[in-house]
Amino acid sequence: VYRLHGRYHEMAPNVVPMDYTKDPDVKLPMQLIINMPELKENPFKERIVESFSDDGEGSLSFNDFVDMFSVLSEMAPRELKAVYAFKIYDFNTDNFICKEDLEKTLNKLTKEELTEEEITLVCEKVIEEADMDGDGKLGFADFENMISKAPDFLRYCFKEK
Amino acid sequence: SFSREAQIFVDKFEGALGKGKGKQFYAYKVMMTKKWMKFQRDFENFKTACIPWEMKIKEIESHFGSSVASYFIFLRWMYGVNMIHFGLTFGLVMLPEALMGKPYGSLPRKTVPRAEEATAMNFATLWDFSGLAQYSVLFYGYYDNQRTIGWLKFRMPLSYFLVGAGSIGYSFMIVIRTMAKNANDDGGGDDTSFNFSWKMFTSWDYLIGNPETADNKFASITTSFKEAIVEEQESRKEENIHLTRFLRVLANFLALCTLAGSGYLIFFVVRRSQQFALEGLENYGWWERNEVNTVMSLLGMFCPTLFDVISSLENYHPRIALRWQLGRIFALFLGNLYTFIIALMDEINLKVRHLRPFTLEEEKIVKYNMTIWEASLYNGTSPENSTAPPILVDPADVPRGPCWETMVGQEFVRLTVSDMMTTYITILIGDFLRAVFVRFFNYCWCWDLEYGFPSYSEFDISGNVLGLIFNQGMIWMGSFYAPCLPAINVFRLHTSMYLQCWAVMCCNVPQERVFKASRSNNFYMAMLLFILFLSTLPVVYTIVSIPPSFDCGPFSGKTRMFEVIGETLELDFPSWFGKVFGYASNPGLILSFVLLMV
Repeated sequence: VYRLHGRYHEMAPNVVPMDYTKDPDVKLPMQLIINMPELKENPFKERIVESFSDDGEGSLSFNDFVDMFSVLSEMAPRELKAVYAFKIYDFNTDNFICKEDLEKTLNKLTKEELTEEEITLVCEKVIEEADMDGDGKLGFADFENMISKAPDFLRYCFKEK
Repeated sequence: SFSREAQIFVDKFEGALGKGKGKQFYAYKVMMTKKWMKFQRDFENFKTACIPWEMKIKEIESHFGSSVASYFIFLRWMYGVNMIHFGLTFGLVMLPEALMGKPYGSLPRKTVPRAEEATAMNFATLWDFSGLAQYSVLFYGYYDNQRTIGWLKFRMPLSYFLVGAGSIGYSFMIVIRTMAKNANDDGGGDDTSFNFSWKMFTSWDYLIGNPETADNKFASITTSFKEAIVEEQESRKEENIHLTRFLRVLANFLALCTLAGSGYLIFFVVRRSQQFALEGLENYGWWERNEVNTVMSLLGMFCPTLFDVISSLENYHPRIALRWQLGRIFALFLGNLYTFIIALMDEINLKVRHLRPFTLEEEKIVKYNMTIWEASLYNGTSPENSTAPPILVDPADVPRGPCWETMVGQEFVRLTVSDMMTTYITILIGDFLRAVFVRFFNYCWCWDLEYGFPSYSEFDISGNVLGLIFNQGMIWMGSFYAPCLPAINVFRLHTSMYLQCWAVMCCNVPQERVFKASRSNNFYMAMLLFILFLSTLPVVYTIVSIPPSFDCGPFSGKTRMFEVIGETLELDFPSWFGKVFGYASNPGLILSFVLLMV
């Protein structure tokens, strides 16, 4: 935790106090956080920061910062990771991954290299594969059911540096 | 909320560390587990870094798809096999002879004849692998038939024979083993549920921090999606069965016509070249002398393109279309190979018939002639009376017998070298110059060069794979007669890997329809096995049926090459062993055993 605090502090030394015993209310804006080397290349960096932020706009207090790193670390349980993954991919925060969310995810993953019909095809296939209750979008239950069977999910985790 | 629960959990953890000794041990255990996991991950990274060219191949895979990458993986595997082959021939055949055998110039077979001495060191002669190169450890003819050489009593002829047999046996084993391993892997199957969902949600690697790696990852994700989309589209396609069937039958008929045409052309050209040979090659220019080679290369260049055009009639899934293409080109090259062997056999027969005097009795005549010639140096001493002290004769002046093994070895080496040159030049001109031309002349040309003709080239998987397989067939056939061949091939594969990796990344564009190579490379392996079998047949035939030349090589003086084993058994092993082996060494039994192994 001390190392995390060091990283948090060095991002904005004049704002973040060294002494946290009095539980001050300090928040860092999203711009600073997405420039961290671990997050810089990630296409979902904004979504990651937003989903851990209390006020929904992306500013993280130190508590939120620690939460983010702990969920992304190796020690976090799988269910917790699934919850946060669902939040990350849910762009419009309506607690469902609908077709527009899928399209946005796909564009971020392929840097918009696919054509319109390819995108539509992929999104249709995803909904066809994972939607169990037939409402045309993925609820958390559908998502978790699909993710728990994936072999690669646990591998791509974040290591605390 | 979840974050509150997680925070309480973390606090509990922190608190536990501070109190009591039991908790300290727990903390220690946790730290060791963390260190162990880190060590495991680092070791995995190290192992991956040790695999040669892994990064290059991953980069190619992310930009061009798994089918193009499978060619490079195959190339790398071939390189490994050739390295082992090279190790065997170099370490057990060439090195002992170079270190412990009689040096150059001590025996007639080891010296350049006086007649050729003037040109022996010319570059042109060396490039042609005659002259000094011919009379060295590189070729069969240099080796002496002494049973043991040097102070280690290294049994050279036995070693030569065993290395030849051993490398063939090893190649069989490794090809079959790889096929078995691939067959096991294939059990997974390509249709998994949640295919697209997993690709979408789990393909990004959150550990990536380097922008170049990120670029490659994006490309690989895009390619992976495209592959999956092609699979999906193929499975959804509707077909008009009758039209498709008719078109496919038509396409096969056209392919057969092409094959028959090329076979007849080769046959015609070989006949002509035999006629030229009879009339003496000096009367003809460069074209007539190299007609067979050139025609074969040209056929090899143009027929695959023809097959490509024909296959567009067939409308298959790209992976299946690739297999048909491979099969047809395979048949084409097989025809070429068969004709080449016939031509070679003919040439040997021609020389042997022309020099038929050099059969057993005539060998005696030649030896008699040689003794007379030696004796004539004593100024008229009668040849039967050989009590005079021997005069030192320069080995370069001694007349030689024919050495067909070296000649065969030379042919194979020349073929390999010319093949290598052709490939490199084709890559440079066909891919690189074409790309340069399209890129720079596009501004001042009437039509759009990049989208129309000629545009950038795609990587030709089938042509390259088959080239690799047939090249390996040549090596297997020729390395018994020219121990230097595996070394040349290792060099060729090494440079080819770098050149082709560079050419692919720089001059080629990915195919329009990227498809996933089926996980097993068993199709390539099956072809390789077939070629291996075909190329070892002539070698086995010569070992058991044709007498070795009497004047050169480690088996000179014996009636058959495999007698070296019988000799070793008699002289080195206890007698009962020799009897058992005597029964088993019937050539017919050996041949059928080899066939059975396949």
